[in-house]
Parts: sequence; structure tokens; C-alpha cells
Amino acid sequence: MNTRSKLFVPLVAILLGFVLGAAILIATHRSPIDMFYAMLQSVSGKNLRADTFNPRYIGEFVVQSMPIMLTGLSVGFAFRTGLFNIGAEGQLMMGSIAAVGAGLWIQAPPVIHVILVLLAAMLAGGIWGAIPGYFKARFNVHEVVVTIMLNYVALFLNNWAIVEVFKSVDRIKTPPIPPTALLKSDLLAQLTNGSRLNWGFIPVLLSILVYWFIIEKTTFGFSLRAVGFNKDGAQYAGMKVNRNIVSSMVIAGAFAGLAGAVITVGTFSFGRALPAAEGYGFDGIAVALVGGNAAIGVFFSGLLFGMLKAAQPLMQSQGIPKEIASIIQASIVLFIAMKLGIEYLMKKLKPRKAVTEEVES
Amino acid sequence: MAYVIEMLDITKTFPGIKANDKVTLQVEQGSIHALLGENGAGKSTLMSILFGLYSPDSGSIKVRGKDVRITNPNIANALGIGMVHQHFKLVHNFTVTENIILGLEPKSGLVIDRKKAAARVREISELYGLKVDPEAKIEDISVGMQQRVEILKMLYRDAEILIFDEPTAVLTPQEIHELMGIMRRLVKEGKTILLITHKLKEIKEAADYCTVLRRGRLIGTVPVAETTEQQMAEMMVGREVSFHVEKAPANPGPTLLTIEHINVRNAKGLLGVKDLSLEVRAGEILGICGIDGNGQTELIRAITGLATVESGKILNKGKDITSLPIKERTGLGLGHIPEDRHKHGLILDFRLDENFVVHSFDHAPFSHAGILDFKAIRSNADRLIAEFDVRCGQGGATPVRSMSGGNQQKAIVAREIDQSPDVLIVAQPTRGLDVGAIEYIHRRLVAERDKGKGILLISLELDEILDVSDRIAVIYGGEIVGMVNAAETNENELGLMMAGSVRKVS
Repeated sequence: MNTRSKLFVPLVAILLGFVLGAAILIATHRSPIDMFYAMLQSVSGKNLRADTFNPRYIGEFVVQSMPIMLTGLSVGFAFRTGLFNIGAEGQLMMGSIAAVGAGLWIQAPPVIHVILVLLAAMLAGGIWGAIPGYFKARFNVHEVVVTIMLNYVALFLNNWAIVEVFKSVDRIKTPPIPPTALLKSDLLAQLTNGSRLNWGFIPVLLSILVYWFIIEKTTFGFSLRAVGFNKDGAQYAGMKVNRNIVSSMVIAGAFAGLAGAVITVGTFSFGRALPAAEGYGFDGIAVALVGGNAAIGVFFSGLLFGMLKAAQPLMQSQGIPKEIASIIQASIVLFIAMKLGIEYLMKKLKPRKAVTEEVES
Repeated sequence: MAYVIEMLDITKTFPGIKANDKVTLQVEQGSIHALLGENGAGKSTLMSILFGLYSPDSGSIKVRGKDVRITNPNIANALGIGMVHQHFKLVHNFTVTENIILGLEPKSGLVIDRKKAAARVREISELYGLKVDPEAKIEDISVGMQQRVEILKMLYRDAEILIFDEPTAVLTPQEIHELMGIMRRLVKEGKTILLITHKLKEIKEAADYCTVLRRGRLIGTVPVAETTEQQMAEMMVGREVSFHVEKAPANPGPTLLTIEHINVRNAKGLLGVKDLSLEVRAGEILGICGIDGNGQTELIRAITGLATVESGKILNKGKDITSLPIKERTGLGLGHIPEDRHKHGLILDFRLDENFVVHSFDHAPFSHAGILDFKAIRSNADRLIAEFDVRCGQGGATPVRSMSGGNQQKAIVAREIDQSPDVLIVAQPTRGLDVGAIEYIHRRLVAERDKGKGILLISLELDEILDVSDRIAVIYGGEIVGMVNAAETNENELGLMMAGSVRKVS
């Protein structure tokens, strides 16, 4: 497929998603204009109705976008090697546990402590990703099955660790992680009127850069892509197919693990026991899918889905059910899955255009 | 003269290419009419137009003298036009009868009347001498048989005009022979056959008329009986073609590749290669011929490292490579033009320049310290494209998937020869290619031989083996049952050995 359709299909899918969301609102006698106002406010902080400006919304919008960009990178990276990583959620949770551990148990000067926390989270996520990678390479066990099951293991391991290892008093939160280990920034919070915006965007942007560099520029990325496109062909060419599968899952896991740290020591400042998975992993699948598994694509689709998440409370306050955001998100994914159909429509429309041009000239 | 099909002045343009440029095709009732042309000459486009898959930009179609507009395959079917596709469209766990009646099931009440259907299938099968068992499951019958099921499907739907799209590409020599018999029988019973192919021998054997296309244009229609293969080849390619591979006698040097008593298991876990020994010397082409499935694939896989060897030894220039990984074998000077170019030879979704470096991307000059050097990769591609005359729309940036089969194969040949290996394992190098490309690849192989390389050529095409090889080994049941000099043997002798009835190891 050419680059034009690579860009065109997601844009059409996004457009159709919003049209569908608006149509549902109209059908239930609510104003889609309110929805678009809420979305605009969540991105720009500007409330057009009341003509007020609150930068806190911008901060929260970025906060929502950061972890799903990382899980998007995680899913996308595995996908470039032909693997379907449903386990970003679990890898994220392992990263979160490691971040809490490194935050509470290590003592180090400010910047160094945070870096150690992030590295610990990446390592933990990487190990959690290596397990399905190894099973796939060694025994040909399908990674979808293993990663889904490991998501549950990670969730319950997290909840157990919060209480038993980190000695949570209220059985929900761990003791506070010392400020040296946090990504928190008073400056950023002040700039955005007390939002939870933090330095997390630096590791996120670096990750996007690293992703792009590995996939597009390195020999390692070359062989990963070869394996992803054609395993037999890669084997014939002498590439180590099994080793690539494991390495790819380790790196995918590391991206997700980093997301866990960004949430735990950035958005929050303590580890949390969770009643259920928060869905960052599944959001990551959507982000990767819409972003075409490309670094820059993941960045923009991460912003899009971050906006949809951040707009939900604002929509609710204006009488728009927040579920409409989930409907839009789901329908965008659905339309992306109908890629062939959209391309077919494009083709059908094209010759007609050519004919009319001829008539005009 | 009654034409059953007339396609007049058909023009069809795709973005950037005129696939058919005022092509006229007139087919007589009750004849076998061949459509000949190189890959990309516009044969398939023309047939797709006749079958209703594309609509022409201009031109008209007449069936039995009447103007028709065929806008979809159902209309073609209703006009009695049926197509036997190159890739069969059969349900594998259905029986022959079930496949044939699919979509047209005869019913008694609510249930399918299988007995009636099977009886009808048997009747048609006997009428045309197809010898198909209506109760057999598709997955249990041979490829040749499956093709007959496709033919039966057309006949069951009362097709009068049958289009065969490169029907022999997947068949063994025996099956090809039988198919030719079936086609003659069909014509005798009043059917008309349109045969798409680029194999001149088959046209000469079966067809009455031959229409030649080149680059989308009609070159001419000739009566086959009065035209030589040489003349048809020249019409197709547009210049003189030599069928005979020009080569001096071999001047073999020291032994390069030694295979000692190897046993290799096949996909089913049985021994596909049994106690096989071979030697390939510098400056010679050793051909291996045999009927498909007699251990060729296992042998190739064992030498190149795609499969493990049960027992025995493989040596390259005296160094034991039996259990080395593929990468190291390549590094020791072993090249491989694989049997299946789509599965193994190419990464179809990669660009051409990327495909040229699948072996060598991880070292200089194509990468430094793990970082790819795209400038070097691109200039390498430009060099190979020029040297090996690979035709591609956008140079090194061309997606390989969009290239024609012949040029894909040229790309593989370019890559493997360019690595300058001492031993080159060449499997089915010209399958599905047109005369021009075949000629080119054969010349390159002989040129490599003359440079002192050792070449092991594995092919199912007997002509290719006889033309190109210096020595010929015959493989049967996983064993070498014959070893002869190419100059001192003929098709008959090889055929007998391939069938396992004669052994001759000199």
C-alpha cells in the first residue's frame, strides 16, 4: 500500500467514528455540538460556552495520553515482528510494582533515583514480556493466550504486593514514595493550574524516538521487520527467528513497564491496589492500530485517544453521557479493521473523478 | 467460419500501463486456441475481461455472433464460459461431488440429493475420460486430480468455452500429458478451449491456433501446425531466442560440495532422503532430476540448513557444515536460489533494495555498528538492477510484491550470484517464467560455472536439466538411482530412471 492510503484510511476511520458518535447523540436528542465543545475544552482548556480558560484541562489531557502512547508502542513493536501483544496491561502492572519497589527501597539523589525507578519498571515489564516470547519461540504456544493469562497473574500479584510486600495500611495505597523518586513537578503543575502534569512526557517522547530509531534505522529492526513480514523468508536468509521473537517481546514489555512507572510515580505518588485492570493495554492496541504501528502514528493516535479519555468528565458535566467517548473509540477501531472496505471505496470513487475531469477538460 | 468468441479492439488501461491496446481475439468453435505472451503481456487482463472481472475501456465482445456485455462472472457463466484457475478454488475437506455441486445442489425436498449428483458427476467424468472418483475427498487426491475436479465443475455447469489459466504450472510431466489428452477429448465433444500459457511445447502439442501478445499489443494469430516453436518464441519476445543453452564443455576442478550418506526426514517424519551421497565439483553444473516429491525438497533443505540431517555429513570445501546455522553456511560460500520464491526467496512486503541485502544487512558496507546505511543499500540496488536487468517501476524502492514473477526471480538470482558463493544450490530457477527470462537465467548459471563455481541444479523440468547440466543425477524415492553425463543421455533414459525402473550409477 502506498503512503497516501496509509494516512488516508485512519483519517477516514476517525472521521467516520466522530460522525457515528454525533449521529448517536442526535438520535438520543442531545446536542453533538456540546460533545465537540467538551472535546475542544479538554485539548485547549478553552470553554467556548462560558468563555473561560483553564490550562488544567491541557495538563490532564497530556497525562491521559502518556501511558497509552507507551502501551501503543508496546503493542506496535510486537506487531512489527508479527506478534500480537495483548499483555501490555500485565507488563504495565509489573512495571508499576517494580517502580514502587525501587521508589521505596532505594535511596538515591533526586534525578538518579527517578532514572533507577524507570529502569526497574522497564526491566520488570521486559521480563514479563519475555515469558510469552520464550514460550512462543521454544514451544510455539500462541502469545495471545499466554499474555492474556499473565495479565491476571500480574493484577493479583500487584494487589498482593501492595498489602503484603509494601505494607499498605488501608489495603489500597502503599506508603508514599519519596519525592526523589517521583516525576512530579511543581513548575508543570503551576503552569497548568494544578493538574497532574509531570516530567513523564520526557521518557514518553524518548521512547517514541527510540522506537522509530530501532525499527527504521537499525539492523536489529530490519531483521524484526523481516520476521514480522515473512518468518520463512527470514529464516532462509539466516536470521535468528526465535531470538528475534523473544527480543521483540522483551522490548515491547519494557515500553509497557515504563508506562506503569509513568502512572505510579508521575500521575500518582504511591502504588495502588486495583479491583480490575484499568484498560491501558487495550487502549494501547487501539492506539497502535490507528497509528499504523509507526512511531509518529502512535504519537498522534495516542493524543487522539488521550483526548477522548480526558473529555469524558467534561462531557458528563454538560449532560453528554461519557460512554459516547468509548463508542467513538470502539467505532474508530472497527472502521480501521474495515481497511479493505475503505480502500475499495477509495478505488471506486477515484475513476469516477478521473472521468469527470476528462469531461471538464 | 464460425467464431464462438470474438473480442474486437479491446483496450484496457491501468494507472501507468496499457494492459491491452486494441487487442483482437477470434476463437473458432471446437478448437484449442492458445494465448501466448510473456509475463505481463496482457494475457490475464484479456481473459479477465472475457470472464467479466474487468470491463474494457473500449472494444466489443461477441459470443456466438451476438454482441454481449459481460460485467460480472455470472454473466460469463450464463454464456457458457468457464474458467479453470491456476490456483484451485476447492473446499479441501469436501468430497469431489460436494465441491462440484456447491452452489447448484440438486435437492429432493430439503436435503441434497447426493446420489443423483454423484451419478451425474460420474457420467460427465466418463464422457470426457476424466477418471475422477466422485466420493473421494479433495485433500486425499493429487494436484492433477484436483485440476480435473475444477474442469468437471465447469462441465457440470454446462460450460461450452473453457479458459485454462496456465494449467500445467503445477503438474508433473505425466499429468501434463494426460491433461493434453483430456483437452483433445473435450474439443472432440464440441467444447472450445482457450489455453493461457507461455510454454511453447504444450502449444505445439495441443493447440490449433495461437494468438501472441507482447506488451499489451496483438502481434498476430497463427495456425500452430504451420509455425515452429522458434517462430512463436520470436513473436512473443520480439527478438531471436535461443532455446539451446550455449556452453563449452565443462572443465571440472576440485570437489567443492561433498554429501556423504545423509538421511533426512520429511514433513511427515519419514525418511525423505535415504543414505544419499553426491559430489559437486568446481566448474560444473550437476543437475538433479526426478518426479516431484522424491526427496528433492528434503535434500535442498538439508544442504542449505533449513532442515536438520538425521545422519551423514555435508562438507563444503572440506569443512563440515552439517550442523552449522544458515548464516554461517552462507558465510562459507553457499548460495541458495530457493524452490519457493514467495515463501523463502523474498520478503514480499519489503522493498527491492531491502530484499537485496537480507543476507548482508548486518555487516559493512550495508551497516555500521548496527545502524543501517541506506545510501549503500540503495546504490547496491541500483547496481544490481542495472547489471541483472531487473525491471521494476520505482528502482530500489519498488515493493517486491508488485513486481512480475520473472523479475522477482531475477532479483533473487542477482542477489545470490552477487554474493559470489563457491557453491550455488539452485532449485526450480525458471518455474513460471517466460522464454526470455529463462534464457537469461540459464546464461547466468553457465557463466558462473565458467568462473569455476560449483552449481547444484534441482529441477522438475527435464529439458532444463538436459540443457543446462554437465552431469545428471536421478533421484527416486530419496536415493540417487542414476548418474550420467548430460551429453550421453536422453529424455527416455532419464524418464525410465525417474520412474525407478532402471538404475545406472557410473
